[in-house]
Amino acid sequence: MNAPASALNTDDAIKFRCENVNVWYGPTHAIKNNDIAIHDNSVTAFIGPSGCGKSTFLRCLNRMNDTIDICRVTGTLLLDGQDIYSKDIDPVQLRARVGMVFQKPNPFPKSIYDNVGYGPRIHGLARNKVELDEIVEDSLRAAGLWDEVKDRLAAPGTGLSGGQQQRLCIARAIATRPEVLLMDEPCSALDPIATETVEELISTLGERFCVVIVTHSMQQANRISQRTAFFHLGDLVEYDTTDAIFSTPKDERTIGYVSGRFG
Amino acid sequence: MLNWAALIIFALMLASYIMARQRAVALGGDTPAILHSRPTYHGAYVAICTALAGFGVLLIGLILSNIAIGTALVSSVPDALSPIERDLVISDGIAIANDTLASRTDELRETIAALYTKLTTLQIWGITIASIAAAVFAMLRGIGSVAVPFRARNRFEHIVGLILMVSAGIAILTTIGIVASLLGQTIVFFSDIPVWKFLFGTHWSPLSGVHEGTMDPDKVGAIPLFAGTLMITIIAMIVAVPIGLFAAIYLSDFASARARSIIKPMLEILAGIPTVVYGFFAAITVAPFLRDTGAAIGLSVSSESALAAGVVMGIMIIPFISSLSDDVINAVPQSLRDGSYGLGATKAETIRNVILPAALPGIMSAVLLGVSRAIGETMIVVMAAGQGANLTHNPLEAVTTVTVQIVALITGDTEASTAAGPAFSLGFTLFCITLIFNVWALALVRKYREVYD
Repeated sequence: MNAPASALNTDDAIKFRCENVNVWYGPTHAIKNNDIAIHDNSVTAFIGPSGCGKSTFLRCLNRMNDTIDICRVTGTLLLDGQDIYSKDIDPVQLRARVGMVFQKPNPFPKSIYDNVGYGPRIHGLARNKVELDEIVEDSLRAAGLWDEVKDRLAAPGTGLSGGQQQRLCIARAIATRPEVLLMDEPCSALDPIATETVEELISTLGERFCVVIVTHSMQQANRISQRTAFFHLGDLVEYDTTDAIFSTPKDERTIGYVSGRFG
Repeated sequence: MLNWAALIIFALMLASYIMARQRAVALGGDTPAILHSRPTYHGAYVAICTALAGFGVLLIGLILSNIAIGTALVSSVPDALSPIERDLVISDGIAIANDTLASRTDELRETIAALYTKLTTLQIWGITIASIAAAVFAMLRGIGSVAVPFRARNRFEHIVGLILMVSAGIAILTTIGIVASLLGQTIVFFSDIPVWKFLFGTHWSPLSGVHEGTMDPDKVGAIPLFAGTLMITIIAMIVAVPIGLFAAIYLSDFASARARSIIKPMLEILAGIPTVVYGFFAAITVAPFLRDTGAAIGLSVSSESALAAGVVMGIMIIPFISSLSDDVINAVPQSLRDGSYGLGATKAETIRNVILPAALPGIMSAVLLGVSRAIGETMIVVMAAGQGANLTHNPLEAVTTVTVQIVALITGDTEASTAAGPAFSLGFTLFCITLIFNVWALALVRKYREVYD
């Protein structure tokens, strides 16, 4: 359903416009006819109980669902007005524009430097070593990790702590200069201290990128996002500013969920 | 006689189970829960004690008394006879005692036969009585020990643990025994032949002139054999590693679930083909094909060539490499693939930059296990590689391998005691080489495990 225009009427341009999106896993109808407009330079949170389809919807936005054989997506998903499921779009190239950070930190078994340099190398973003060094440094700084690892860039990324690993994965995603950052429960494998650091980072990133985050934690959505979408059983039940979702939810199901009656 | 003893011990075992169990049931009465252990445990414990005592005495008695009889027979033969004559006389004596064919009969042999008959009768009766007595003793003691607080359950568990330990020990002891006998023979051989002549000599024909009683140290140079083994192994790995690895990558990351479910079992069938089949395939199909193709383009390929044997051996090793590599590639977490796809990498880039580096230690260990198979492989090279020790770097010529020469030495018509020296030495060297490769492979796997757990 469409959110009230008044609540979402801000200066941010619309990055993603999705209409009539349906997703099937084999015979299972995972996403049912959803519409949503995701704004640029802000953080949008997807919340909802387990199995509600929020991660599935997130993975439609960079066509990660293409890697699952039985998954089928229909509807219109426009990124800057361009249909990302059209034949003209190379899904591999799309994923460089729409970066992704996963639930569990997944650094490659390579050095910290090579982890961050991986994307730029594949996409030829750096013409020489000096430029690559710059990209790596900028990305690590943007992820708030530079000061902690600048003296051991050659050390394996897998040797970092959980929170550092997740920030390394964020730096790795930033390094390909994406326009959108998708985050699938990026803090669920982290302890509270590391979560706080990563949340602060996400808030900062929201000023530069279009960030879409899936989270189980309503407090987290409240803390870091400007807009929140509530999913339930494959339906996008309610989408509004985060303040509105948590203070004056309209749908019975949203009221039940944000007040902690189920979920 | 001894089989009757075994049968009686078995019957005692059953009886002791029933009696101990009955006694425990009686002790429990109306409140069986007061017993520390269930009646079955009391029964099982006493039964296992009875069996161990009876069969233990039987087995140990047999081994010890056989040694004693052997010593007694040897000491009854005059010292003047040479060891070979002495062994002959004793075996004739035993043959006479058993009423089978002896090479000849005389007074000495008759005496030995009489002694042998006397001793074996004594042995059988002694062991029978001793083992049954031991079983009865253990049974009575066990039944007597059945009591309310008796911890039969824990004791039974303890004995089961010991039996399991012995089973594991047998495998280890056998290995140690084989290595020790290899080592022993090798040391004896090297007391006649200098080690360095064996390891670095380039001429191999150990049995030529050996009927004159001595082995010429200049003719036991094993270099041509190891060079042949090395060449065939390299050819095999050149064939097996790329094909096996590519097949593994296809299976793990490119094949549909349906294709995988068909191809994977078929590759495993390839691994089940007996090597002797590969051997005649190499000798009858591949080698002539290579010879004729070579002739057509003006190359002289001998009809037994290192190339034919190596290529067929490579095909044999493909399933090992692909199956093991497929396992380690699949063990690379899906999250790493997702991470790479999420950055806009293609499948091929992901495999080359993320999956293969992560799986490399495992793939290396698969390759090393393949190498140790190639080095130890025998049937293919016996049929397709050639017999003559020929030190060459040309894969189109016939070469021979360590395993082929061991086969030739052991199955040849030279006396076993003469052929055993070089054969055991080759076997021991080969064992050391494959051991090094296997240990190396295991160390790599262990290192690999540390990365993900």
